[in-house]
Amino acid sequence: MIATSAAANPFFMNLDQIFVLLRNWLVGFLPVALRPAAGVVLAVIAIVCVFPGLFALTTVFERKGLGRIQNRLGPNRVGPFGFFQPIADGIKSLTKEDIVPFSANAVVHFLAPLVLVVTVFMGFAVLPMGRNMVLVDMDSGLLFFFAMGAATELSVFMAGWSSRNKYSVLGAMRAVAQMISYEVVLLLSSVAVVMITGSLSLPRIVEAQNQYSGIFPHWYIFTPWGLAAFLMYAIAATAETNRSPFDLPEGESELVAGYHTEYSGFKFALFFLGEYLAMFSISGLGATLFLGGWSAPFSFLQFVPSWIWFFGKVMLSIFVFIWMRGTLPRLRQDQLMNFAWKFVLPFTLLNLLVTALWRFMGEGWQRWVVCTIILAAAYIVMGRLGMSGRHIGRRSYRYAE
Amino acid sequence: MNAMFYLLAAITLAGGLATVLLKHLVHSALAVTVAFAGLALMFLQLDAQFAGFAQILVYIGAVAILIVFAILLTRGADLPKHGVFSRTWPLGLVIAAGVFAVLGWAVISSAGAIPQQNASPSVTVHDIGIALVGRYVLPLEILALLLTAATIGAVIVAMHEKERPGS
Amino acid sequence: MLGDGILKGMAETARNFFGSYISKERLTTVEYPEHRIPTAENARVFPFLVYDGADGEAGLRCVACQICEKECPPKCIYIDKSTDKKPDYVGKPQFYPARFDIDISVCMSCQICVEVCPFEAIKMDTQFELATTDRFGGLLYDRKELARSNEYYHSIHPTEATEVDARLAEEKAKVEARAKAAAEAAAAKAAAASAAPPAKTEGGS
Repeated sequence: MIATSAAANPFFMNLDQIFVLLRNWLVGFLPVALRPAAGVVLAVIAIVCVFPGLFALTTVFERKGLGRIQNRLGPNRVGPFGFFQPIADGIKSLTKEDIVPFSANAVVHFLAPLVLVVTVFMGFAVLPMGRNMVLVDMDSGLLFFFAMGAATELSVFMAGWSSRNKYSVLGAMRAVAQMISYEVVLLLSSVAVVMITGSLSLPRIVEAQNQYSGIFPHWYIFTPWGLAAFLMYAIAATAETNRSPFDLPEGESELVAGYHTEYSGFKFALFFLGEYLAMFSISGLGATLFLGGWSAPFSFLQFVPSWIWFFGKVMLSIFVFIWMRGTLPRLRQDQLMNFAWKFVLPFTLLNLLVTALWRFMGEGWQRWVVCTIILAAAYIVMGRLGMSGRHIGRRSYRYAE
Repeated sequence: MNAMFYLLAAITLAGGLATVLLKHLVHSALAVTVAFAGLALMFLQLDAQFAGFAQILVYIGAVAILIVFAILLTRGADLPKHGVFSRTWPLGLVIAAGVFAVLGWAVISSAGAIPQQNASPSVTVHDIGIALVGRYVLPLEILALLLTAATIGAVIVAMHEKERPGS
Repeated sequence: MLGDGILKGMAETARNFFGSYISKERLTTVEYPEHRIPTAENARVFPFLVYDGADGEAGLRCVACQICEKECPPKCIYIDKSTDKKPDYVGKPQFYPARFDIDISVCMSCQICVEVCPFEAIKMDTQFELATTDRFGGLLYDRKELARSNEYYHSIHPTEATEVDARLAEEKAKVEARAKAAAEAAAAKAAAASAAPPAKTEGGS
């Protein structure tokens, strides 16, 4: 609903739809029969070019950001302030020797990074990156996204097992156990959004959040159940993509490199790419479900193009990921699993109940108060109960005293 | 019955055949995943979006993982020493042919009962949802009970194994 | 409450991140080799030989006593004593090292040679950028390469050098005082001896 006069300005409307207009213009050169297919191909090319480009930028941001957090500079020799570092990294990974262990399962070893990258790229097909800028508008887009995420776990297992290396197998088992535990949380926190919106289609979820009361948007994160669901979603997303503090499967000091120990050269670069692309797509989904997708934060800012808001939210999420990585130590495997099953999952189930309560209490201030009180009380109580059993008191020694 | 159907059927059949013919257990598990993927794509081709994605999510994302975990955590991936085909394979062939005949007869005789429709009815997720909590709410609740029982049983079995070395 | 530790941690890292652009103490990295941190005064890397004055061979303090060669734990010093003598800083003729080699690939910078030298001849240098492409010959320093002037010693270890100079000057002054006293005593004795016999002869005749 483009209600404000600034956004109704044709210049800004064209800027907002610039990529759609560009695609239509390019496709117009072809005969009518080929146009739909060509349009899809152009959009796919755009996605395949933009997101790996963002990946390259993110690697530099991450290294420089982590460096600044850790009182040091990041890479700053290649290019201005080190921003050409990904080019150097790319050249290095392309020219490195591709070592496949002798007793490894060559076919599966080869296929694992391919499966990872392919399934992660498929996830981008349903994200609405701007107004009218979704590659495939599916009725059950959210389900498709999670289906692709589930296939990612299989590639992790394939990578670990095919290397015939005990560190790889250990890393793969841990990674898969972690991913399936947190996948449940991811799904359940998204179900809350689906309950309120009434549709599994991602563009419709964004449309439902693109409304303003006064200058404030109707994003789901500004509701009590939305905030709780977003926090659980963020925790689950960090665990799904094996980021700190959940990066035990690939912790260098624990398992050499976990499931990608035996990968070198370009296959390792593909794993790296797959992991970061998974981060982008999960951030994109989080932005779509909770942060309003491509809608502007205040109603007077609607003249700024929608795709800028979407990518801005994604990059903000990436920045928070990097921030968390620089702050928190790694969780141990049993701490990780305990956290998932004893705190996050019960809280998410309670959040589903609270969402239903929200929906059926109807409009008004009562539902805000009731839902907030229930969620806050549950958080505090569960925080004490669910994580107790680990009494960290004074250390007692058996022989020294 | 267009070209896409034949292609997907070929993929599914190839995956199924590879599952039973390959010697290495983990290879068979990955081949059955390919068969699941072929099935999911067939659902999608028939415009059953929910069934297709649920197939990927559940079968490939959970059941295939379960199978490989079970293989790795129990016997490991050793190659069987004396081949994968049992000595009584002619009897197996007869039984399989019998099952195939029954299924084929059931499918062919039911194909005549369904009226020929040019446009398949589009079943949206909304319709599935309404049906689940409307007409089929009792099977849904029984399924939930079954899942709960299975979860509790799994926890008990796992807990029992952990207590045994200590007691 | 669960999670407040994480929030406090994130606030701290954020402060680090933004502070690293503003204050020097939040960003302690020095971009070597364009900028260097000045070494501390008592830094030590490898030994060098001190010479007084301008001539590296004539003013060399080392008298080839070979104490440092014997005390060196990894035995990286090799000394050849000379056959002739030349005067040292107090004027006394001393031997000098015809060959003084230190293998810095062996030297472990323990400073024992400095501690035991009675002549303040060997001191620790602070240069560490000594990489060379010749693994064997390039890391074996001979007497010419090891000799550095006293002014250089002052520039790298000012406090130590002034202390050493004061001590050496004191020694020199003591020796000179003793020599003067001995000369005066000898002169007095000679005067007494020359005065006494004439007195005796005078008394005799």
